[in-house]
Order: sequence, then structure tokens, then C-alpha cells
Amino acid sequence: MEYEAVIGLETHVQLKTRSKMWCGCANQFGAPPNTHVCPVCLGLPGVLPVANEEALRLTVLTGMLLHCDIPRYAKFDRKNYFYPDVAKNYQITQYDKPSTIGGYVDFEFNGGISRVRITRAHLEEDVAKNFHFERTSGVDFNRAGVPLMEVVSEPDITSADMAYEYLNALKDILVYGGVSDCDMEKGMVRCDVNVSVRPKGTTELGAKIEIKNMNSFSGVRKALEYEIPRQIEVVSRGGKLIQSTRRWDDVAGITEEMRTKEYAHDYRYFPEPDLMPFTPTDEWLADISRRVVELPLARKQRLMQDYQLPAPDAQTFVWDKPLGNYFEGIAKTAKNPKAIANWVINNLRAKLGESQTTLADLKFAPAAVAELVELIDSGKISGKIAQEVFSDMFSTGEAPGKIVERKGLAQVSDTGAIEALCDQAIAANPGPAADFRAGKAAALNFLKGQVMKLSKGKANPALAGEILERKLKA
Amino acid sequence: MSSEIDLRYVAQLARISLSEEEESVLGSQLKDILGYIEKLKEVDVAGVEPTAHAFPQTNITRRDEEQPSLSNAEALKNAPADANGLFLVPKIVE
Repeated sequence: MEYEAVIGLETHVQLKTRSKMWCGCANQFGAPPNTHVCPVCLGLPGVLPVANEEALRLTVLTGMLLHCDIPRYAKFDRKNYFYPDVAKNYQITQYDKPSTIGGYVDFEFNGGISRVRITRAHLEEDVAKNFHFERTSGVDFNRAGVPLMEVVSEPDITSADMAYEYLNALKDILVYGGVSDCDMEKGMVRCDVNVSVRPKGTTELGAKIEIKNMNSFSGVRKALEYEIPRQIEVVSRGGKLIQSTRRWDDVAGITEEMRTKEYAHDYRYFPEPDLMPFTPTDEWLADISRRVVELPLARKQRLMQDYQLPAPDAQTFVWDKPLGNYFEGIAKTAKNPKAIANWVINNLRAKLGESQTTLADLKFAPAAVAELVELIDSGKISGKIAQEVFSDMFSTGEAPGKIVERKGLAQVSDTGAIEALCDQAIAANPGPAADFRAGKAAALNFLKGQVMKLSKGKANPALAGEILERKLKA
Repeated sequence: MSSEIDLRYVAQLARISLSEEEESVLGSQLKDILGYIEKLKEVDVAGVEPTAHAFPQTNITRRDEEQPSLSNAEALKNAPADANGLFLVPKIVE
């Protein structure tokens, strides 16, 4: 029997705010332990949380980017449990009235576009970080109370690779929208994976197994590549899977059981009495909708359509948004946007990398790139000379037309002048000339190279080839 | 709502251990409390919208601005044990 996997992901993302969710402590990674803490995020008795408005905005903005509904009523609840990562003995989260519900993410997968539906994106607080020693554990509350958004997907994912692509697409969207930096190294994105298997074509879900606390997308992929065959193996042997939580061991490359349903948590959610509900107004929502950006996939498709860019070039401009914006600034009015993309990606980006500068440091105006491409397209200079011109304009900012004029770099298309150079090249290289006459076509390239050399790269190469061929065949 | 309470389960969730005597005292007290709830159920609330709060206030927020935090020494002042700036707790085994 053939089996299929059913996968849903819960993705936790730290929001890009200056301060924490309920207090004014800095939302900042990497500070010495317990230095961005106060009575509120330490959970001391008698304190009151006050919601960070920007975190509420970023959650709603995410809802808009993920095509969700934004309910006109949202509230916070207490999720009760005992663990030293939460000093209050409860985490504040949104249980039954989240800020956003029902959306989707479209992304490229397997040569087409796949869609994963989003159940909800809700707002909660991150918890403290634990460190484990020989006999004790240590707690750092700097992370406690950092605004954390949980994006819950429907179980629409069917493979490890699809999960990986979905996560990357979600991350790209959140980074684009300025919702989160999604820096994996800093633990800004963490993921719980729900996976079950069932006979292909059936609709009933198998026992759900949760793999907790994954901190890399490749880890999620690897864990699923292990877990899916493991479950299929159990079920096809006639075994029974029970709902349980597992941990991914990245070193051993296996998942292992943490707890089964009998020990499942009973969180006893109830409304957070210290926080009032949220009822977004039209005005507030309109304000946030102005922050909605073009999604990465839409941008890629538009760049390919509007400028006839090949997919890899368009993708480069999606990942490097400033470079893409720079390109569009030039390409909108240019005749040959494809060539401009080439120069921006292959030459400009390389130069910026070499000189460790950014677009803001450029000495030439964006229009100079269009001018350079025009010089090539009109036959005024060769592609090779263009490299020299570009190098000059990059270091001095001088306009390409001026550089060509000043250095006398214009391509020679004057037949008379090229004829003389061809005669010279043939006379100086009797061997290759004879080879060509004897039928060795490749010898022509050598002679053409000699003509280019004699002209210091300025001869029109196509014209030089034609003249040489005519002369040699005569 | 059932007026039967699994007292041992509730005690376990609250991480408290009860003697048999305490169990019987608390058990009957909790039953009384549930009795009040049963009484509340008699009130006619048709047409009253459920709410999580008694005050008709919404959208209480603060601006996203950084405020000074405690120093590490102040933060750890009440900690029974600490080391390297961290609160120390009994070793957590999951």
C-alpha cells in the first residue's frame, strides 16, 4: 500500500520591535544575561502588562500579507504551565480570539505554484531561555516577553521538501514586510512540526506526531525525511502510532519520543484579566494596510513579465531588494532592460562586493547604466570596451559617453580602416591564413583576434570577421 | 458544568500535594464553589453578550519605546541562587 504524509507547521517568529510586548525593556538579542529585564518581564508580583501597539500592528500586517481575515475583536488569554522559562507560571497568548484568521501562502514548488492555507497568525510572548549545567539549570529572562507571533498552517504540506519551501517563502514574506528579521542564528524563527501518515487517497488523519522546537529549516526537512518513513514503516507492519511528542536529535539524525498523549499538557486557558480586548477601527486598519508591500513571488513574476527577465535574474532582485529597486529605477524607461539587469547583476554587484561599498556610495547616476547599454546596442562600443568604460565610471563617476570620447574608445566601423588592419593581420600571420584557406575555419578567429588587438579592441568584431573572410576567400 | 471535581488531578496541575484530610476539606469547599456557579446559571442572560471583562474598555496600548531596565544585580537580588548573571534553578529534566 502507498502512504502519504500530512504535515502542518506552527512557526514562531519574533517581531521586529524596539521594546518587549508588555514592558519597555529592549527587544534585543545578545546582551549579557538578565540585563534587559524589569519587574514585568521577570513576572514579579503586582505588575501589570501593557500591550505594545507596534506588535499588534505587525501581527495584523502579517495577516494582510498572508491574505487573512482581521477580526474586529481579539483578546489575550493565559496558558498555564509550570516550567522555569516562564516565571508567572503562565504565558500570555491568544487562544480563541486571535488577531488574524484564515489565509494562505503561495510559493514556487516542483516547477509550479503551491498553496498552503494559514489557519491563523496570533500574538503571544516569548519565554526565558534556559541553560543546563551539571547539577542546576540557569535562566536568562532577556528573551522573556519579546513579542512572538505564531503562524499556524493547515495540514496542507505533503513532503519534507514542500515544508522547506513553505518555510522559506513565509520567511521571505515576513522579512519583506518588515515584520521580523527572521535571523535564524539569533533564534528569531522556531518551528513545531505536526506530521502523520495515511494510506494514499484516504481522508482520515493518522495519529498526529509533533516534533518540537526546531530552529532551522534544513533541520525541519531532515527531521521529516527521517520521521515520514519511520511512521510508514510502523503502520505498514500493522503497528499502531499514538499521538505523541518527539524531539529531533540533529547529531544522531533521529527523532525520539518525549511524551505521549497520557501526559499531554492541560493548559487551562482563560481570558487574561490584566489586558483589555482589542477592537481594531477602520482608521487603524487603513493605517496598517499602507504598510502592505508587494509579495516576493508577485515581485518575481512581475519582473519576469514587465522586463522579460530570466527567472534567476528576477529572483536575484527579489532577494536583494535594494538592487532590484535600483534596477527598476533604470529599467522603467530603458529600451533593453534585460541587458541592464545583466550589467547590474554581473558587473555592478561584483564591483560593489570588491570595493565593499553599497548602492548609496555610487559615484555615477543610475541613468549612466542605461547610457552604457545604449552605447553597446547602437554599435558605438564593443562589449569588451564597455567593461573598461564601466570600470572607469565606477571609480570616477564620469558619464560613459564622455569616457568613450575622451579615451577615443568608439568602435571603428569604418570599412576602410578595418580593411587596412585585416591586410596587416594576414600579412603578419601567413600560417593561420594558409590554414583557413586549407579549410580550417577556426583559424579565422585567431586572425580576428589579431585585428582586434591591432585596433586596441576598437574594431567592430563582426565587421572585421566579414572582411577577413572575404579577403581570404578571394 | 459537572459538580464532580477530580481533586487529585487539580492538585497535580497546581503542583501541590494534599493529605487525605486536606483532600476532604478542599473537596467539599470546591463543591460549594461550584454550587455558587450552578446558582449563577439560574440568572436569565438571554440577550446579554458574553464578555471577558467587566469594563467596557478596549485598545489599551503603549507606544513601542524603550525604557530603562533593571541592572543585573538588581534583577538577581531576590534570587535564591545565581551564577554568571543567571537565575539558578533545580536542574530541569524534560
